[in-house]
Amino acid sequence: MNQILVAGIDAGSSAIKLSLYDGRQMENISCPSGWNPKEQAANLLAAALGAQNADTPAYIVGTGYGRSNLPFVTKAMTEITCHARGASYLLPAAKTVLDIGGQDAKAIRTDDSGKVLDFVMNDKCAAGTGRFLQVMANALGLDVAEIGQLEVGAPNQECTINAMCTVFAESEVIGLVNRGVPREAIIGALYTSIAKRVAAMAAGIQPTSPVAFTGGVARNQALGRELADRLGLTVITHEQAIFAGSIGAALYAWDAVRTK
Amino acid sequence: MADAFTMLKGIKETGKKVVGFYCVYAPQELVLAADALGFALCATKEEAIPDGEKTLPRNFCPLIKSSYGFAVTDKCPYFLYSDIIIGETTCDGKKKMFELMKDFKPVHVMKLPQTYLDDSDKAYWLNEVKILKELLEKELGTEITDDKLKEAIKVLNEERRLMQELSECMKHDPVPMNGQDFLKLMWGRNFVTDRADFAQQIKDITVDMKESIAKGEAAMPQGAKRILVTGVPTGVGSEKVIKIIEDCGAAVVYIENCSGMKQFVTLVDETKPPLEAIAEKYLATPCSCMSPNPIRLENLAKLIEEYQIDGVVDITWQGCHTYNVESRVVKEFLKKNGNTPFLQVETDYSQGDVEQIKTRVQAFLEMMG
Repeated sequence: MNQILVAGIDAGSSAIKLSLYDGRQMENISCPSGWNPKEQAANLLAAALGAQNADTPAYIVGTGYGRSNLPFVTKAMTEITCHARGASYLLPAAKTVLDIGGQDAKAIRTDDSGKVLDFVMNDKCAAGTGRFLQVMANALGLDVAEIGQLEVGAPNQECTINAMCTVFAESEVIGLVNRGVPREAIIGALYTSIAKRVAAMAAGIQPTSPVAFTGGVARNQALGRELADRLGLTVITHEQAIFAGSIGAALYAWDAVRTK
Repeated sequence: MADAFTMLKGIKETGKKVVGFYCVYAPQELVLAADALGFALCATKEEAIPDGEKTLPRNFCPLIKSSYGFAVTDKCPYFLYSDIIIGETTCDGKKKMFELMKDFKPVHVMKLPQTYLDDSDKAYWLNEVKILKELLEKELGTEITDDKLKEAIKVLNEERRLMQELSECMKHDPVPMNGQDFLKLMWGRNFVTDRADFAQQIKDITVDMKESIAKGEAAMPQGAKRILVTGVPTGVGSEKVIKIIEDCGAAVVYIENCSGMKQFVTLVDETKPPLEAIAEKYLATPCSCMSPNPIRLENLAKLIEEYQIDGVVDITWQGCHTYNVESRVVKEFLKKNGNTPFLQVETDYSQGDVEQIKTRVQAFLEMMG
């Protein structure tokens, strides 16, 4: 392969996402972050390049929490900048990006080219993040993927989760389980809790429709619907939405190569 | 702090009186005119917070918890050796903390009006300043004459002019000094025992800075994003966010808050009756405890222009309701007046969120392009 290839790597708290881009094709793969994200990311890159029979990329942009710990990246950029660009690539109509990742949630207002106009992130707290959902899923004897496949809500079974603190919310969930409240009703209450929290945070940037829902949690369609309700806005997503960060990183890498 | 303990012990042995204060609302001219030494009290370090939390609610702002923790354990030399503490009602938390503090220390609390705009507020505050004057005279066994006040006004106005001149050097791109060092200079003024000596130091540093500019020496590269920091006080020990901004490659060219330039930008009017002029200057302090607080916005607009500010970072402590709410006001104001990029960072004195803040600051800088 003689054509130029660039890469974007998003080293998140739960998963490492990689996007390879040659100006036309965007190849996306991911793996769990594990206990050694640096090694995992290197292996992921090597495997992806091997599968494509490609040389080392001309430029690699790293993003995500692990961005400064990846020795092979050409440049590190924040996940806020990269997510906005990637979301705009996947969903060009997006005016707002709502990203719920493993340990943070962010709301970003973007222009048409995917440039950040304003942003807000959750504070020192797991409420409204993927971790919150994971802890609650565990309390219900499920994993995060399973919880996303379950039906939500049970007739005549209204229930709410009030605690914002993940630890206290978990106690609430355990309390509901022991009172015999159906799992579907508890899950519905969890989604409401997350959506309320994220919508309140997003209000700070005055979000407008359509809102691109990205990050690992974006696969959860029921939560997407709940978010749309709480925001009073149209929420759109994309099957590759988990790769928004790495895609944005790859696009910035491409820009860097093109302007050289 | 061991040195400060020894130094203060020595000062006290000469019969000199010491007055401690927490806030820039405390009229320092009165302390100087009373022939006493005035010092800012410890409130900016995390180490005292666990002791503060033994008595105060955990969701108080770190500044109050740190203040109380230092005070109650005798770990702040300035508090320990103060004959009297000047407190003020800048917020409910502080107001109630001073109540507890009175159990182990003479504390006089100045009662602030809710705004600086109305004549009735000005008259009320002038009376508060008079009460403080009489109290200091009684407690310190001295007389604060108009002549002494006029002299004190001259000395402190001169310091303010010198700090302004120093700050002017930061208008240059590239900056001759970084924000962290500039903060330390302003911080030093809290612990001055010899005012003439301090004034000379500031003059010398200003000369050095002008020389650096002439020689083309810079603390940050030319073209580094120029950041104005506003919001809560961020003294030595709680300068975390300022450090992060500069670690990310931007230059903090102006610190607008109370541990920064806020107290130096307005002089006491030397043509008016001294007590009235002092009251006027201190009440005009644009603190978020004033409602509304238009002077802060006017000052920001002016500073953004004068210092060619690329972005404003508003630091707020968790639990500081007035600065937290006012952050919305500042954000909207900036949006409508030149659309200067704005970032609010809500944090405390701990280091646990350094990486998260770094991500926000980096994204903020990337956003400015």
